Amino acid sequence: MQQPGRAAEIKANGIGKSFGSFRALDNLSLDIGRGEFLTLLGPSGSGKTTFLMILAGFVQPSEGKLFSDGVDITNRPAEQRAAGMVFQGYALFPHMSVEQNIAFPLKVRKKSASEIKSRVGEMVERVGLKGHEKKLPAQLSGGQQQRVALARALVFEPGVLLLDEPFSALDKSLRGQMQAEMKRLHQETGTTFVFVTHDQSEALALSSRVAIFNHGKLLQVGRPDEVYDRPANRFVAEFLGEINMLPVKGVRPADNGATGLCEDRAVNMRCKAEAIKGDAILAIRPEDMSIAPEASVNENGIAATAVASTYLGAATKLDLTTRQGAKVTVSVPNEVAASALSKGNSVWLTWPAEKGFLLPDGGQ
Amino acid sequence: MRGTLSDRAGAALLMAPLLLFLILAYAWPFLGVVKWSFTLPTPGLGQYHALLTDELVQSVFIRTLRIAAIVTLVSVTAAYAITVVWVRGSPVQRVLAEFCILVPFWISVLTRAFGWVALLSNRGLINTWLQSIGFISEPLTLVRNEFGVIVGMSHFLIPFAVFPLASAMRSLDERVLLAARGLGSSRMRTFWTVFVPMTRSGIIGSAMITFVFSLGFFVTPAILGGGRSVMIAELIYLRIFQSPDWGLGAAISFVLVVFVGALMALLFRYVKPKQLV
Ligand SMILES: Nc1ncnc2c1ncn2[C@@H]1O[C@H](COP(=O)(O)OP(=O)(O)O)[C@@H](O)[C@H]1O
Ligand SMILES: [Mg+2]
Repeated sequence: MQQPGRAAEIKANGIGKSFGSFRALDNLSLDIGRGEFLTLLGPSGSGKTTFLMILAGFVQPSEGKLFSDGVDITNRPAEQRAAGMVFQGYALFPHMSVEQNIAFPLKVRKKSASEIKSRVGEMVERVGLKGHEKKLPAQLSGGQQQRVALARALVFEPGVLLLDEPFSALDKSLRGQMQAEMKRLHQETGTTFVFVTHDQSEALALSSRVAIFNHGKLLQVGRPDEVYDRPANRFVAEFLGEINMLPVKGVRPADNGATGLCEDRAVNMRCKAEAIKGDAILAIRPEDMSIAPEASVNENGIAATAVASTYLGAATKLDLTTRQGAKVTVSVPNEVAASALSKGNSVWLTWPAEKGFLLPDGGQ
Repeated sequence: MRGTLSDRAGAALLMAPLLLFLILAYAWPFLGVVKWSFTLPTPGLGQYHALLTDELVQSVFIRTLRIAAIVTLVSVTAAYAITVVWVRGSPVQRVLAEFCILVPFWISVLTRAFGWVALLSNRGLINTWLQSIGFISEPLTLVRNEFGVIVGMSHFLIPFAVFPLASAMRSLDERVLLAARGLGSSRMRTFWTVFVPMTRSGIIGSAMITFVFSLGFFVTPAILGGGRSVMIAELIYLRIFQSPDWGLGAAISFVLVVFVGALMALLFRYVKPKQLV
């Protein structure tokens, strides 16, 4: 976080934070790679902002150490860390024009007037604010204020950019546009980005890695496909998107995977069952299941009854109940849903052995 | 924020008795004063002509404006410092600041003025102390002059100057200050380039209140000025109660009220009434 123009590598080691008796963060260790786009994802109140504030130096951790490029910065004050930060609600200087806002960190660094002028001009152009330089923040739309905040945080080429739910106040189409711009800015600057959101689709779409938080604990860190397809626990599985939970009995290791009984039918799973023996939960994403007209010995499958459908345009979401009463949601092509509902509603629910993963029974 | 129509109708209804009282107790008698200014001793604009030519009246007007300006500067500056501590200090500092702000309200203006006389007079505490440590040989003239008036008035007005400032500082978004620090700005620089400009409406409100109050001061200048530093309110008093020149006193009053009214109009153009409390 000290050399301008160079992405920082950050290491958090056993970070904890207590507010009185309340534990906002607990024993958090996390390595943030040089130039990576890391997203902190978790429900509201899970400690994301607190962790970001600790990274920025605005909040002092109760325990643990923080390193930037190998240097201990735990006690370094915020103004000397100089991480770029985009706050929730932007926190622009209301009495300064767009230009003055963006020039602020350069003025603080005593850059020459000509350098300030050229770098502010370049940044204004880069975030698409040309023609708005003289306006005050109050005269800008939410999206434009967002761009000013981004420009102000990036203009001094910080080693890391911290963003706290920057898009939560924007409407959906603008959000998509800003996400694309954010990705572009990340590629152009090469800076380390630490991005906070509670929106799982945003996290999966933007990041090189996702860190999932709940109740002040870091539950899992990994690439978007890793955390989506191989969640470490039930919370992560459910938080990242809709998922079906089927009880499986008598789980035991088998050839390249595991086997067990699901609703009295043998099912095969490619995932490992090391820690899990006996009863477990098989978790499968709706898009990984399909509907077949009849049972097949080669494929996992159970009988179910279609109860409702929701037309989503490209596909239809079909709600089913299995014979033993488990509720399942499947995403299927529109015509499949129509025929499933017309054929007395009784269908065969199938999934490939390589899809899905096992979670401990009743475990969180 | 703009209230709904029924909100405002309700507020108007609640305010009506107060408004009626103000009209009966102030506006109506004041109209009488205005009438005097045009009729005493003879009908016409004679008193306004005198007002423009009378050197004594003019010097008092200028002195009043000067004192009010200095008192405003002193009070707002001191109030700003106190308010920063009150709003942003540690819990102990907050309690101390609150004490400093509230205690003056419990002591009457007369007591406070005489208190300052006791402190500032030739044989008062300050002069005695300065002489005892050998800092001065002759007592300083600290009272019965403009200096004493400014000290006494500022002391009276500082608590009033605090409230608009406190309201501005409380409504300030903390994250903007964090943002400044995060961008590399020192605490000092953040204070001067972000904090102070962001409390601008509070400063304006505070200055206007102090200035307008200063213009009408009577007791404090009368006691601490010792008749040598007469301000406009005292002049009006002297004209009306100690000379038969009611017409001139009335004319001065009218000019003062119009002037204050114009200042208030200016004030409300820049700050909303809600920001003043
Ligand atoms: N200054 C503070 N004092 C007391 N509690 C706090 C403070 N800051 C945050 N918390 C608490 O810590 C928890 C985590 O907050 P936060 O980090 O803001 O969560 P998130 O950003 O994930 O929504 C919340 O329960 C919040 O109430
Ligand atoms: Mg938050």
